[in-house]
Amino acid sequence: MSTIIKAEHLSYSYPGDEEGQSVQALRDVSFSIEEGEFVAILGHNGCGKSTLAKILCMILLPEEGKLYIDGKNMTEDSITEADINDGRRKVGMVFQNPDNQLVATIVEEDIAFGPENLGLPPEKIRQRVDWALKTVGMTKYARHAAHRLSGGQKQRVAIAGAIAMRRKCIIFDESTAMLDPHGRKEVMDTISRLNREEGITVIHITHYMNEATMADRVLVMQQGGIIMEGKPTEVFSRAEELWQAKLDVPQTTELLWHVRQAGYDVALDIFDPADCAAEIARALEGKTHGGNNT
Amino acid sequence: MAEITLENVTYVYGKGAPYEMRALDDVSLTFRPGEVTGLIGHTGSGKSTLVQMLNGLLKPDSGRVLLDGKDIWADPKKIQEIRFRVGLVMQYPEYQLFDETVEADIGFGPKNMGMEPEKIKQAVARAAQFAGLSPELLSKSPFDLSGGQKRRAALAGVMAMEPDVLVLDEPAAGLDPGGRREILGRIRKYQQESGANVIIVSHSMEDMALYCDRVLVMENGKLVMSGTPAEVFSRAEKLIAVGLDVPQITRVARALREVGVDIGLDIYTVKFAAQRLLSGRITHES
Amino acid sequence: MKADIAFGQYYEGNSFLHRLDPRWKILFSIFYIVVIFLAKNVFAFALLVLSAILLILVSRIPLRMILRGLKPLIFIIAFTAIINIFWLKGKTVLVDWWIIHIYLEGIINALLIVVRVVILVAGTSVLLTYTTTPLALTDGLERLLSPLAKIRLPVHEFSMMMTIALRFIPTLVEETDKIMNAQKARGADFSTGSLARRAKALIPILIPLFISAFRRAEELATAMECRCYTGGKGRTRMNILHSSWRDLAMCLTLCALCAGVVLLNHFAPGYTLAM
Repeated sequence: MSTIIKAEHLSYSYPGDEEGQSVQALRDVSFSIEEGEFVAILGHNGCGKSTLAKILCMILLPEEGKLYIDGKNMTEDSITEADINDGRRKVGMVFQNPDNQLVATIVEEDIAFGPENLGLPPEKIRQRVDWALKTVGMTKYARHAAHRLSGGQKQRVAIAGAIAMRRKCIIFDESTAMLDPHGRKEVMDTISRLNREEGITVIHITHYMNEATMADRVLVMQQGGIIMEGKPTEVFSRAEELWQAKLDVPQTTELLWHVRQAGYDVALDIFDPADCAAEIARALEGKTHGGNNT
Repeated sequence: MAEITLENVTYVYGKGAPYEMRALDDVSLTFRPGEVTGLIGHTGSGKSTLVQMLNGLLKPDSGRVLLDGKDIWADPKKIQEIRFRVGLVMQYPEYQLFDETVEADIGFGPKNMGMEPEKIKQAVARAAQFAGLSPELLSKSPFDLSGGQKRRAALAGVMAMEPDVLVLDEPAAGLDPGGRREILGRIRKYQQESGANVIIVSHSMEDMALYCDRVLVMENGKLVMSGTPAEVFSRAEKLIAVGLDVPQITRVARALREVGVDIGLDIYTVKFAAQRLLSGRITHES
Repeated sequence: MKADIAFGQYYEGNSFLHRLDPRWKILFSIFYIVVIFLAKNVFAFALLVLSAILLILVSRIPLRMILRGLKPLIFIIAFTAIINIFWLKGKTVLVDWWIIHIYLEGIINALLIVVRVVILVAGTSVLLTYTTTPLALTDGLERLLSPLAKIRLPVHEFSMMMTIALRFIPTLVEETDKIMNAQKARGADFSTGSLARRAKALIPILIPLFISAFRRAEELATAMECRCYTGGKGRTRMNILHSSWRDLAMCLTLCALCAGVVLLNHFAPGYTLAM
């Protein structure tokens, strides 16, 4: 396995308002993402996660630090337009607002947009579009008008557009934030299938905790920096720190935390309701009181 | 304070067209003053149509909408007055901001009502306070605010009209957990202090459980359930059957009963669950 | 649902007309319009009516769709008809009362002009807009105009603009509706008062709409960049346009129609259009 994205000490500030105060959106962010991983980036609004996404897609250039895409340093001075395009072939992005990323009126023609930009021969584009449609389960809607679809379906079209370029890695920048629960599930199922079955690396930026529990690894951001990193079970066990970062934990963890506060010895890293119930029952049964009851 | 009643309201989109859809089908219900009512249902269940009925943006095909017992369509020319009494905050309301300053924008509604400038100023200040916008923000351009602040400015724009009924369509959509809590908490506080009749539409079960006194569930243009959050969420099967979810904690309570720790099924917040579980009021069979 | 506007209304189908090459279709439409204006004689008009009926039948588009497309033209049609009836002088006087003189020729002329407008709109919409997706249309146009790119006209950019405009029109219509409702809920009044007042009442709609359009444009530009868009250079297309026997058949039919109209103009007896 190789490293698809490597970030070293990335920093970025937005130019300031009239008073000239610039806003530091990212400070000294370092991490690396392996091929085939599913990484969730959590953080409240304004914590810098969208800035990070834009840097990873080379829409913004970091002020400091280095960014490697598939081993190539994208922050060197000698980097050309062609190199950037090359990077974008490998790393793609699906945005928050489903309406603002579809270019063409008809579903399949929108999905073809990316491959067309790559200058592929028509029959190859056709193959990729058909494959992408099938992968996101939208084959039935190939000739439909994009604006008539539901939010979840639009996002799946956007995902198809991203994978039709045969990318190694796709960044989802709050792609589920504007959807209803049904659409959210639709999109999350698609994302996890892409990761599992097609081996596509996924970076999922979100503030929904239950979505982050599906990831292999979670990065938590606050004030432009990464404050926690680890498996979902590890990160969500640190409930107090998450609350401090203005984030939630899954309700199962929250309940287990209360149970633990009452002096029982329970694990916090359980996200399934049935497992959670079993854990509580076990603890109550065993009466493993820690004694430090408050 | 105002009570809104729907009497056998039916509304059909695209009448006669092939895509004809019955958005509301003989709906009768009452929104009572002095409480926060949550209206739940998945997309296409008719809840957004219902909301637009309440302030006369849509007119029922049959049935009546009564505000304090009076048909709001009795005199269609006076529908404007109804819109002042029933304030509606639409989904993603920050898109409605347009004026030069936040203050002017919040004052747009009151100005249309014909309030005196002095009174407008007071109403704006009060609404801004309810929405949690600090006074120095009022002189800024609404487009310089942060996302959460814009949302609250739009909310203040409706609150400033001091409506008897405040209707909010997905007020917390797209916000992070902190932002959700902030805005819903402020709405709750507004209800308590003004005594208004507040109606929140949402598909977030967790939010509804936390902030509503009463919950109504819509499905296919019909009202299928109503009651306190405890009553509604204790019937999880029915909710799941109409394509809705229940809070995760409600599922935990059910699972707990299955493994012999009964804390009741009317659980819908974590705090409540923890209280029941840890105060010794649990029936523990072993 | 309200956002369905009769703009470039494509009617899903797979008829002979649907399957014509859009490039040819654009040329055919121009040709058809020329033929329509060539017709002078009553019998030539009859032939045109026949051709329009045939086109509609071949397209398999329901008649009520086509009639709906004609609705906005009723005023113009009525206007030209009335002008012709009252102002055209002829030989056979039908009504001669006070200042009103109506001649038989005037009525026939009015009728022919109405027929011409109806065929013009119905024929071209069946030939082009109802049976071609807006996208295929801009695509066809781009390729027809592609020689102009050699003299540095931004043909690709123009067609990309058209594509995006077509894609966003329904979205913006929906958005306008939403903003209007939101402002109405705040007591905005768009329907009463003087013209100046009403124009002023539009500000709370136009500003949010513009801001939203700019925001969308910016996001779309970013999204397009992320999808490796760098302009028309080196870009290929998924659908290549093929001319087929259908285009040839259609071409021959139109030529025959043209010949028929010209011949009838010259040799057929009967009334000839005055204007």
